[in-house]
Amino acid sequence: MERSLQRASGDDQRKRLVVGWFSFTCCEDSTILLTELLNDHLDEWKKVVEFRHMKALKTRNSLSGLDVAFVEGAISSDSQAEEARRIRENAKYVVAIGACACTGKPSTSRNQFVSEQLNERIQWYLSHFDYGPEVRTLDDVVQVDDMVRGCPMKVPSFLQTLEKYLRLFDVGQHA
Amino acid sequence: MVNMRKDIMIENITKIEGNAGLKVVVEDDAVEEVQFIIRDYRRFFTTAVRGKRMVAVPSFLSRICGTCSVAHLFASLMAMESSQGMEVTEQTKALRRLAYDGLMIRDHALHLYFFVLPDVLGVDSIFDISDDSRDPGHTLLHDSFEIKRLGTDISNAVAGAAIHAPLPTLGGFLRSPNPTTFPDLVARLEAVRPQVLRGIETFFEWDASLVRNSDYLGLRNDARFEFLEGDILNSNGRRVPASEFKDYLQYVQIPYSHAEGYRFSDTHEDYLVGALARINLNRDLLHARTQADAAPYLSAFPSNDIYDNNLAQAIEILHCVDDAIDTLQTIRIADEERVRQPPRAGTGMGVIEAPRGLLYHMAKVNGEGVVEDYDVIVPTAQNQINIENDLKDYFNRNLDKAEETLRADAESIVRAYDPCMSCATNFLKIDWIRR
Repeated sequence: MERSLQRASGDDQRKRLVVGWFSFTCCEDSTILLTELLNDHLDEWKKVVEFRHMKALKTRNSLSGLDVAFVEGAISSDSQAEEARRIRENAKYVVAIGACACTGKPSTSRNQFVSEQLNERIQWYLSHFDYGPEVRTLDDVVQVDDMVRGCPMKVPSFLQTLEKYLRLFDVGQHA
Repeated sequence: MVNMRKDIMIENITKIEGNAGLKVVVEDDAVEEVQFIIRDYRRFFTTAVRGKRMVAVPSFLSRICGTCSVAHLFASLMAMESSQGMEVTEQTKALRRLAYDGLMIRDHALHLYFFVLPDVLGVDSIFDISDDSRDPGHTLLHDSFEIKRLGTDISNAVAGAAIHAPLPTLGGFLRSPNPTTFPDLVARLEAVRPQVLRGIETFFEWDASLVRNSDYLGLRNDARFEFLEGDILNSNGRRVPASEFKDYLQYVQIPYSHAEGYRFSDTHEDYLVGALARINLNRDLLHARTQADAAPYLSAFPSNDIYDNNLAQAIEILHCVDDAIDTLQTIRIADEERVRQPPRAGTGMGVIEAPRGLLYHMAKVNGEGVVEDYDVIVPTAQNQINIENDLKDYFNRNLDKAEETLRADAESIVRAYDPCMSCATNFLKIDWIRR
């Protein structure tokens, strides 16, 4: 069943959900899982989703006018926090993807390092680059509208969330 | 004469795993410096595992990397088992090889078709490949869906998942695979061979090239083309037991990168690990069907062209398809328990070939079965110096080209290595050589 999906301008291009996919500190397992989902869904998603920012798959990326930003990974530094805020400002909705974004784990392991010896050994890295004092979850840094949990993300939960936003933005039916 | 300085910056290299950038300093029409900057923040996994029980560590360390999690899982299991003097059964070894075929098929196909193929076709991304089923790009992309799906399905059947697999454990598997799924996998693997060969031909015919002499390091097992067992071999024929591999490496701390580089203390100024090294060193051991059907393309090796890393990966996909067919047709699954034994103090190594090259895990375990020390050396960190030297060579030869071309080619060269920054930045080394 195809619904009428004309743009307000009246051109014949279908309205698509404009999404960005971003990764911070993590193993990018949910990104890899997404590339697996594309085996089955790419042809169908291309009709209803515009991947406007997805560094893992595209060279030409834009942050502007995102409907939904899917954000994977924990926040390790002020510069990452600043980037997350930029994404938030450019997206109507932000969805945290996977365990590191939702709970911080396992990327937050260093928050539990207490021994003086360990702190000394990692100090060079922490001071030489702009590591923050603690690794933070995504919603420690920006408002998060939805979470897709799991390590990697749970596929049914991701598909439900995508479906939710397709409906919310009145983008045509997809599988 | 006026001193002319120009910096070329690529903040984010795209279509790779993780975050990396590039800075090139050009002065008086010569490349002064190339910095390949790995930007992923460290998660200090090797520090975090200290004090954990050894049985829990391999699954935890599979979280180093999403795409090659099975490689970290197996290297860690093998390091733990080695520390315990534990011998796994022949069935476990065969099933690990089978799961690994699945990993290589999926991982290489992701890199070749989702990251590199757009470069071959001259488009930005897979999203720009034609929807017309008669278009060659469309055909190749849809080939990749079936190839990747098969790799994942093999991993699912044997290891329970392709990412953070739950079934492989210390001493074996928590559950044996159901062999009734095997005939279907064999049929699909046979059916996909022409598609894999189409990919090999595509990467063979791609005219991109960057030739520079490097050393090549890989596992060598005289019995078979192996990813999980063997000695370390280099281009000069020097052979080092896997357990001594680390003794031959020098860490190089790179101040602008979150990951260290390495030198192999033997011959060349730099070395490369990965599919190109493996095919250069071991092509005589590829599966007989692969050797027969890929013969025209194997003539490209030995190769010093980094773009042939793509071709080598494509050939390895075919080898893994053929190897998996053999295993699935011949293995007889016994319902065996995993090997269990009381913990003992010891140190062990797991040295295997991850999709991107040699991967080293070292575990020191105490008598209570608790990890006291851990070390990991990953392929992308080993390739870091080689990547910089390739880029320096490329820029020196091509400074007359437009900056847009230089940027695109530089990304394409880095992409050919299939680097993984998630892997490269999770460890802690302290005894470095300052550069």
